[in-house]
Amino acid sequence: MRIDQVALLPTYVAAATAVLALLVDLLVPGRRGAVIGATAFGLAATAATAIGVGLGLGDAGRRTAFCFGPDQCSLVSDPAAAAVGAAFAVLALGALALSVPLLRTGEVPVGEYCFLLACSLTGAVVLGGARDLITLIVALETLTLPLYLLVGIRRGAATGASAAVTFFVVSVVSTAVALLGAGLVYTATGGLHLADIAHAGASAPELRPLLKVGMVLLLAGLAFKVAAVPAHAWAPTTYDGAPLPVAAYLSTASKLGGVVALLLVGVVAGGPVLATSGLTLAVLAVLSMTVGNLVALRQRRMVRLLAWSSVAQAGYLLAPLGALLASGGRTPDAIGLVVAATVAYALFYVVLEFAAFAAVVAARGSTDGGDITDYRGLARRSPWVAAVLVIALTGLAGLPPGLAGLFAKVAVVRALLGGDAAWLAVVVALNAVIGLAYYVRVVATLFAAPAAAPLPPDSAAPASVGAQVRVGWPVGVAVGVAAVVAVLLGFAPQGVLELAAFFR
Amino acid sequence: MSTGQTMLLALLILPAIGALFAAAMPARLDRAARVGGTAFAAATFGAALFFVPGTTTPGTGAILPWAEIDVPWAPDLSLRFHLGVDGISYPLVALTTALTMLCCAYCLWRVPDPGRGRLLVALLLVLEVGIIGVFLALDLVLFFVFFEVVLLPMYAVIAVWGGADRRRAARKFVLYTLFGSVLLLVGVFTVVSATGTADLVALTDPATRPMSSGLQLFAFVLLAVAFAVKSPLWPLHTWLPAAHTEAPTVGSVILAGVLLKMGTYGLLRVAVGVAPDAAARSAPVLGILATAAIIVGGLVCLAQTELKRLIAYSSVGHMGFVLLGVATLTTTGFQAALIGNIAHGIVTGLLFFVAGGIKDRAHTGELAQLGGLRETAPALSGVLAFAAIASLGLPGLAGFWGEAFAVFAAFERGGPLWSTLGVLAAAGAALAAAYFLRLLRRVTHGAATPAVTALTTEGRLRPGELVAWSPLVLLTLAVGIVPVLVLGYSADPVAALAEVITR
Repeated sequence: MRIDQVALLPTYVAAATAVLALLVDLLVPGRRGAVIGATAFGLAATAATAIGVGLGLGDAGRRTAFCFGPDQCSLVSDPAAAAVGAAFAVLALGALALSVPLLRTGEVPVGEYCFLLACSLTGAVVLGGARDLITLIVALETLTLPLYLLVGIRRGAATGASAAVTFFVVSVVSTAVALLGAGLVYTATGGLHLADIAHAGASAPELRPLLKVGMVLLLAGLAFKVAAVPAHAWAPTTYDGAPLPVAAYLSTASKLGGVVALLLVGVVAGGPVLATSGLTLAVLAVLSMTVGNLVALRQRRMVRLLAWSSVAQAGYLLAPLGALLASGGRTPDAIGLVVAATVAYALFYVVLEFAAFAAVVAARGSTDGGDITDYRGLARRSPWVAAVLVIALTGLAGLPPGLAGLFAKVAVVRALLGGDAAWLAVVVALNAVIGLAYYVRVVATLFAAPAAAPLPPDSAAPASVGAQVRVGWPVGVAVGVAAVVAVLLGFAPQGVLELAAFFR
Repeated sequence: MSTGQTMLLALLILPAIGALFAAAMPARLDRAARVGGTAFAAATFGAALFFVPGTTTPGTGAILPWAEIDVPWAPDLSLRFHLGVDGISYPLVALTTALTMLCCAYCLWRVPDPGRGRLLVALLLVLEVGIIGVFLALDLVLFFVFFEVVLLPMYAVIAVWGGADRRRAARKFVLYTLFGSVLLLVGVFTVVSATGTADLVALTDPATRPMSSGLQLFAFVLLAVAFAVKSPLWPLHTWLPAAHTEAPTVGSVILAGVLLKMGTYGLLRVAVGVAPDAAARSAPVLGILATAAIIVGGLVCLAQTELKRLIAYSSVGHMGFVLLGVATLTTTGFQAALIGNIAHGIVTGLLFFVAGGIKDRAHTGELAQLGGLRETAPALSGVLAFAAIASLGLPGLAGFWGEAFAVFAAFERGGPLWSTLGVLAAAGAALAAAYFLRLLRRVTHGAATPAVTALTTEGRLRPGELVAWSPLVLLTLAVGIVPVLVLGYSADPVAALAEVITR
């Protein structure tokens, strides 16, 4: 078995970052800055390595490792995998920047926090290149496992503990479902490599129903990662109980990981049963966007609103893949179109979602997102933060001034109409109208006059209404970079679309 | 890059820079920011005046632009930055730049509560970018992008500077019109997926029309409903009265003056242009809806007791005439629709300005409390009377041509259906006369009410009002007496469009 070590290089760097964080914490005790700095360096190095490996692929277009045959490799390194790896590393770096105020409070063990974040990244980097079911599920679990701890990492925070338990229980159940599905797929096809599963269809027609059931279970289990209905109920509790940077990481990196896994299983391995994949994903998409949007209408707390909105966004993410249901959506061209649309939407989405969380952290500190009414008058207190939040939320609603969200919506609808799924396009479009109702409510709150009733003088509310929160420069940089990237993507969407085209 | 192309870009870039400039100024330089913003709006107007009917490129299509920019933006979304101006879009572009300039100038003297006039001016300029972009876009996807740009700025104008019930009105506006624009999105990509191009010039060219008739009908229905929400067409108009009643004066002027025109323009240029066969099949339905809008709008107006609400409902009737013109699918009808659009923009803009002036002074818009305005504010009630009479379609003023030609086009089309619609529309025009005269009787004549007698010193026109209103009064007269000002530009492209449909 030949192993191309270069293909594994980003994984090595990510794993080394995790070890480095622990070592620095051990060698220079009490120096939080050194640990954070070393971790940030490692995360940046991971991103740079992934990009470097991607650019250095040469004419062959990919490197492989752990191969049994020409197509039976457990790990490949192609431009798509490199892009995914780099995106994960940048998101982890952003989450680390948002964590700085949290780490400074002393409520959180710094070395462990950084170690867990880097561990999660290691799983994410492997995920992009995984080409067999075991590698894929192990990578996804490596991505998720540290997050159970990160969600509940604040000392003495009961909400964090309950959030972590919720997350853990739902995650275990859905992983079990996914494993059952993987087992059935293996039984039906005799293969674990995605290419084997994709080519197994013709050999044993009597096993086709088994393969279909396995595929449905596998996809439903993986849908947990993107917080798609029906595996969505953990998201509001977990996001709201977790520290804000962890919630940001959950709703961006973890969700991106789920999308990659669903693409690999549903489309790359879906060959013989693409229609079943399409049906499953279409149902998940319609349920997610409708339920997410309707429940988000009634939310009072900022992070819960973002959580339900991210459930709805999961629906938009999966919607293009629903076109695989129609026979017109299963031509090679149409498949390329819907896959590219999903990836493009995911990339636009993570930028906007991260910008929204970063603005919330900048406005409120990194422990509690507060009620939506707490944001009254933010536009006067901190106009720049409010401006970023406006761009992010309107972008998530799919509207200008930031064009990124608009193009994301356009890409999804275009792919659906190109793939003969006009009904799904109409569902997406109508959901965009429901979605705007709550996004615009939050945006209007930012510009409303601050609440008139002042707090009684003896109350010691921490980040009280109207108080300026000092969060430090790393958060400022994260907010600024996210906002600039979101605005630039709006003017140059072609870059994202070309990146997404690597996934075809 | 030719001069024409530079001017096309200037039409979008100047207001965009002006908006950034006005928004970025600190609060203590509020007035300077408003002056700067107005200067940018004036420069945009100047750029619009640059265009004269140029020599059109020879071709077979329905769109032969005078000047054109075409560069790829996002090929993977079929999106090209393709702008162009022709005789159909030019009068609307000129109207947009003129009204925005007047509204910005009006803000120099009068900023509605809660102040922060520089942000209002910035939003007006952003709106201008979106509206001009819609009129200039020759790429369907670009058209859609600009169509969406105006949504939130208009929401903000209503929600921040509006009246007592502004939040609800603004939310209703934004959700309704987003509903329209998502249908537009689906319609646009139905067309793009079927034909493989988003180029309006190619799509309206009968030489390249590969869409099947079923698909055309599907796309046309989506597009027509999308534009009907924006126009707004009865029965999809219910967002309009609330938005107009609550919006600040300049918001109402822009909304009625040019924002609604995006709907009728889109119907003519995009829906009819791209799916002419389906348009021909749906024409009777459109005609019936248009006539219903005229009659319903008129009857509802007769029952209104609030000034701005009445004017808002009168827009429903006027847009009905415009739609009737489009629905006939004849050269005369298209001409009627275009001049009706322009006339409604000028006259209703003026009406909303005056209504805003009256509400500012008397602090009420209730007709019952405004009697006898003629005695304490003769100039104000004089302008109101002028605008109302222009709006009811008196020959010699701008409102006449659109309505008369629309009715004429219906008769010209012939047959029992269209003749009946023509008769009903003519009766609707009489209704317009009835409700506007009722408005004038209530407001300008009769015994003075307490709210009006208190106006003795404030009755005169203010400088800002003189600056903003006099050009509109002059334009009303000019378009009324010399309609060829508008019709001259549009004669050729309209004939080309009508020919494409019959081919």
